[in-house]
Amino acid sequence: MLRVEGLHKSFDDFKAVSGARLTVEAGQLVAVIGPNGAGKTTLFNLITGQLKPDRGKILFNNQEIGRLPPYEICRKGIARSFQIANIFPRLTVFRNVQVSVLSQQRKSTRFLRPARTMAAEETRRILENVGLSDKAEITAGSLAHGDQRTLEIAIALGNSPQLLVLDEPTAGMSAEETGATMTLIRRLVDSQGLTILFCEHDMEMVFNVAQSIMVMHQGVTILQGNPDAVRSSHQVQECYLGGA
Amino acid sequence: MSKRIFNLKSFGTAAGILVALALLPPILPRFYIYILAVIFVTALLAMSLNMVVGHGGLFQFHHGAFYGVGAYTAGLMLTKTSLPTWLALVAGPFAAAFVGLLIGVFCVRLTRLYFGMLQISLGSLIWAIAFRWYSFTGGDDGIHGIPLPSLISSSTGAYYFGLILLAVCLLFLYLIFKSPFGATLQAIRDNPERCEAIGINVRRHQLIAIVIATFFAGIAGVLFVVVEGSVFPDLLFWVFSLEVFIMCLLGGWFTFAGPMFGAAIMVSLRTFVGTYTEYWTLILGIMLILLIFFLPEGVWGYLMEKLGSQKKILEKEHG
Repeated sequence: MLRVEGLHKSFDDFKAVSGARLTVEAGQLVAVIGPNGAGKTTLFNLITGQLKPDRGKILFNNQEIGRLPPYEICRKGIARSFQIANIFPRLTVFRNVQVSVLSQQRKSTRFLRPARTMAAEETRRILENVGLSDKAEITAGSLAHGDQRTLEIAIALGNSPQLLVLDEPTAGMSAEETGATMTLIRRLVDSQGLTILFCEHDMEMVFNVAQSIMVMHQGVTILQGNPDAVRSSHQVQECYLGGA
Repeated sequence: MSKRIFNLKSFGTAAGILVALALLPPILPRFYIYILAVIFVTALLAMSLNMVVGHGGLFQFHHGAFYGVGAYTAGLMLTKTSLPTWLALVAGPFAAAFVGLLIGVFCVRLTRLYFGMLQISLGSLIWAIAFRWYSFTGGDDGIHGIPLPSLISSSTGAYYFGLILLAVCLLFLYLIFKSPFGATLQAIRDNPERCEAIGINVRRHQLIAIVIATFFAGIAGVLFVVVEGSVFPDLLFWVFSLEVFIMCLLGGWFTFAGPMFGAAIMVSLRTFVGTYTEYWTLILGIMLILLIFFLPEGVWGYLMEKLGSQKKILEKEHG
């Protein structure tokens, strides 16, 4: 579904990503791991168009998407969440998700008809799915941090994506919230057929849930494989697990 | 499917205010009728600006330029051509929207403060043309004694014309505010980066909003011609744009009706305090400082918040 080859991105003299490769098959839960500054977020920003690559290929369903603006990449079927809660703080929780669903249904530029009843059913379904139904009418900015992160995922789901890219979905969450979020992610993949690419610091969790793990170090992909292969790799132990 | 757009109470309140205003002309002295008409014009201008500033989060610093283009277009067509009056009145908003599109295309490429600075420069260019081109625009004298049919040129006629136009425009602005377009615009204000990531072409959306807002500014400009019977370059001077911006802040820029309130306050201050001292802006300045410290959501925003929390308390007590 998604194939990244020989991807490079520098900021002035700093090579944030230099030779990243990644394969995501449909229906998989894929994790990217690596120490701080390994280039995980930069890689995600390249995939979803917030940044433009210097060199390399990003193929989504065999189509090159590396030069497209973010909104076109989204329309091709890749939705994402951000590392820092990135929501619409002055709008209600319901409206946060609804705006995304309206965009998916290409209704964002409709005038003169009230938005209230449009895309409402779909929006309610998503809120139910992530467990935010009872907070639908609260202003998003006043939600607790954990709920804001969940709302992020809900906004991304509003786009009915094929591929969901989550940048550290559990950053700053309590242990309990982290568990709930991982359960949600598993459920989205297992019973709703979504493909998810995420990055995460918590090793134990990654090895528990991910079907495929890509290890990055200083912008370079060291290897990608199933959890067992990654755990037993000498290279990985040397430069990442052991070194850190 | 329920298509009730307005909740009945606020619709009733709006209708009540409208009827009350319609009954005023026979009772009030002519001067006050004129001041109210000026408030209508200014309120419409502030409401159109707030669509892009308060709801769109754009730093539209030179909205007066489009107001002026609307007024000058109507004024010039009425004095220099023999085209029918209605055509001149209709041409105003379209000319304003066209200039809005031209300037907007360049401005939406920039963000925040840079957007505002570029708009002030480009808008000031239009001001310079109106100010300098004596043979065509009348230069700093402007154009006076613009001929209008007596039905709308009398002070009562202008008052009713303004009231009806304002009511119709408010209805449309409200519908846009509540539509998917308006909802998306508010989402862009809150977080443009996130909007890009959910598949919204942010620049295009902002440009459409600018064109709509400048169209309504053009209507306000035409209304100015009807009320005053003249146009002058001060309409498109950047200082005036700043005043309109302040009206939005004063009334409450995250609310729908706030800017109207702000416009009423500003016009009243200028008229009534202005007769005692030419330093009325001093009082405005003090008010602004107090506002920023005590009512950051604006006067209207504050009232709405108070009413809202009171309603919630009542609901809690009864439920």
